[in-house]
Amino acid sequence: MEQGASTTTRQAHYHVPQPMPWPIMGSTALFCMALGAVFVMNASSGGWVGLAFGVMLLLYMMFRWFGDLIRESEGGKYGGWEDLSFRWGMSWFIFSEVMFFAGFFGALFWARVMSVPDLASLEHNTYLWPGFTSHWPSAGPGFEEKFSPMGAWGIPAINTLLLLSSGVTVTIAHWALKEGKRAILNLFLFFTIVLGVLFLGLQVYEYAHAYSELNLKLSTGAYGSTFFMLTGFHGFHVTCGAIMLTVIFFRCLSGHFKPDHHFAFEGVAWYWHFVDVVWLGLFIFVYWL
Amino acid sequence: MSAVIDTHGHAHDHHGGYGGVMRWITTTNHKDIGTLYLWFSFIMFMVGGVMALAIRLELFSPGIQFFNPDLFNQFTTMHGLIMVFGAIMPAFVGFANWQIPMMIGAPDMAFARLNNWSFWLLPFAASLLVISFFTPGGAPGVGWTLYAPLTVQMGVGMDLTIFAVHLLGMSSILGSINIITTILNMRAPGMNLMRMPLFCWTWLITAYLLVAAMPVLAGAVTMSLTDRHFGTSFFNAAGGGDPVLYQHIFWFFGHPEVYIIALPAFGVVSQVIPAFSRKPLFGYASMVYATSAIAILSFIVWAHHMYTVGMPVQGQLFFMYATTLIAIPTGVKVFNWVATMWQGSLTFETPMLFAIGFLFLFTLGGFTGLVLSLVPIDIQLHDTYYVVAHFHYVMVAGALFAAFAGIYFWLPKWTGRMYDETLGKWHFWLTMIFFNITFFVQHFLGLAGMPRRIPDYPLMFESWNKVSSIGAFGFGLAQLLFLYVVLKAIRSGAKAPERPWEGADSLEWTHLPTPVPYHTFETPPVLK
Repeated sequence: MEQGASTTTRQAHYHVPQPMPWPIMGSTALFCMALGAVFVMNASSGGWVGLAFGVMLLLYMMFRWFGDLIRESEGGKYGGWEDLSFRWGMSWFIFSEVMFFAGFFGALFWARVMSVPDLASLEHNTYLWPGFTSHWPSAGPGFEEKFSPMGAWGIPAINTLLLLSSGVTVTIAHWALKEGKRAILNLFLFFTIVLGVLFLGLQVYEYAHAYSELNLKLSTGAYGSTFFMLTGFHGFHVTCGAIMLTVIFFRCLSGHFKPDHHFAFEGVAWYWHFVDVVWLGLFIFVYWL
Repeated sequence: MSAVIDTHGHAHDHHGGYGGVMRWITTTNHKDIGTLYLWFSFIMFMVGGVMALAIRLELFSPGIQFFNPDLFNQFTTMHGLIMVFGAIMPAFVGFANWQIPMMIGAPDMAFARLNNWSFWLLPFAASLLVISFFTPGGAPGVGWTLYAPLTVQMGVGMDLTIFAVHLLGMSSILGSINIITTILNMRAPGMNLMRMPLFCWTWLITAYLLVAAMPVLAGAVTMSLTDRHFGTSFFNAAGGGDPVLYQHIFWFFGHPEVYIIALPAFGVVSQVIPAFSRKPLFGYASMVYATSAIAILSFIVWAHHMYTVGMPVQGQLFFMYATTLIAIPTGVKVFNWVATMWQGSLTFETPMLFAIGFLFLFTLGGFTGLVLSLVPIDIQLHDTYYVVAHFHYVMVAGALFAAFAGIYFWLPKWTGRMYDETLGKWHFWLTMIFFNITFFVQHFLGLAGMPRRIPDYPLMFESWNKVSSIGAFGFGLAQLLFLYVVLKAIRSGAKAPERPWEGADSLEWTHLPTPVPYHTFETPPVLK
């Protein structure tokens, strides 16, 4: 906690960047995405145009903004002081992501422990939902169709294996980076991306299986809602993580990063471990128990 | 002074290549961004204030006078959202931007470009909120808490509001990460954590609360969105969900949010009272611990907003006891502020007046909070005007008064010009008197049973409602005087002396000239 105040290793100047147009472009993009999404969801024409424009503008903005940062980093603008800021920033960002998932896990626990048992309680059974019994997975008392829940020991177990292995490969890549063994670095970073993409492919297959054969949909009551929203947001985060890994993979191929100066690599690795840990929570509480 | 001489030699016009309006849009300077936050906050304060006056206009007499109930509900909803997310929170982020780097001896915020984005998300989010009034069905009329299942029944405006909350949350999270990193990593050599001005401490803890609480709100409104459009059943009992789940998730965010608003106000007051008492803050360490204690407790008291929704009595007892515990650290703070003034060499310039006004009225709001924390009483008072009176004592007389104190306190430092002391005092007394005329009587209305968020009421409530409405319009007009005082100070105020307040002793007063140059502490100050 005391690094900021230490006098021993302190560099003289902190890099304070020049003005840039990317933030306002990002805000414009998000504004277009929001308006476009509202139009799409309310079946008004033209929403897709706004949404697509917003997404493209956001991607362009991120491309340029990160491009500036990479150029600055490779140009030697960042020392240990800036590096520490990045570490704090990434840590707190991941903490905020943890809290986002905590909200959805909270919804899952509420449905399983509170609302579904309560809907099967004596008074609800007498006056509102006769015959409804408490069980999980449940789509609630008002849900008529039959559905099958997703089992844990098929694809989800394979996916657990894939993600845990990818955590190992990214660690080997990091070790190789610190040892200066670039070939191993590139190879194991590539393995990590392949494992991530395999995970996503199986996830897509699992969703298709759920919709076509299990009659398990987003609209399948509390179980469908929590299942698809939790695994869906996780899958989205894995997608982002895989894109981030791909970016640093190409940076590694271009010879970026030094054994003692590679925060971008570590930040991505932290993020990858974070999606890994979230998956373990999902596997235990959504699929298994 | 040597530490602050600007090495660029053109301190006041060094804007890095962009001029005119693009300077403000692209700026990475913490002072520019602080100014943007504060002006944005004031504009939103006016917008939300106009809605408040519309509410009070309708409530001037029983019966439906001006607005249909639907529009009335939209006003109460948007008034709350805009005042919380558009006015109060950005005001204190503005103070954080201006003050934290100067108070800890840093050249700027840790992430100067991200800082720009944190601000520039806000006008777009606010636009989404305002646009919702002009969509079919109008703005959401569900109350600022956006409770399910009402949210499912609303029109297009609800979707716009949900996305606005996403953008506001993103802005808060990015801003908070920036503030935490700045405080932890950018302090000048020798500026230990326990030497920081208390304002920095309160913001460090506030930022932590924001990073922890805002993503949960984002999750809650996302669930509302998918319940509305994608067939999920998070808040639908027929699907095994529960509307009460929304309330739990919302208030898990919502109660920390109360301290997100209050703690920076405590920080400002903790700078102002010592300065005008010409004494160091009494019990600095205990203030830090009390602030931390409030932050921890804020995450385990949320269900005191929900005593009446149906909860096991053990739950009610737990949340009641936890809530009453908060009175202890808050009491420590009030005690310390009073003890700071004890035997001080007091003067009563406008910042000090607002700080003392804060001290009296916030304490009163704290006491009514204690009353409401007690389950048997709360069940009587839930959703009455007593609650409205309580949280306006905390939000307006607490947070807003502290923001006014901060503006009068630091304006000379920022602009190099003094405000008109006589007009400042007028602003304070008008604000103080009209605030109490508006809100004190609402305690009576609530105790007599007048429900909140209803455009009509029985005849027996008429007289106090008239008093409250008159007070509200007086309060609103007094804020135009505030705008005039600030503009007059900026345009033609007398030149401020180097140390306008001789009792103020944090770095911006002792180590920087008045007005402060555009870039400060590019080389860290030397601290004894």
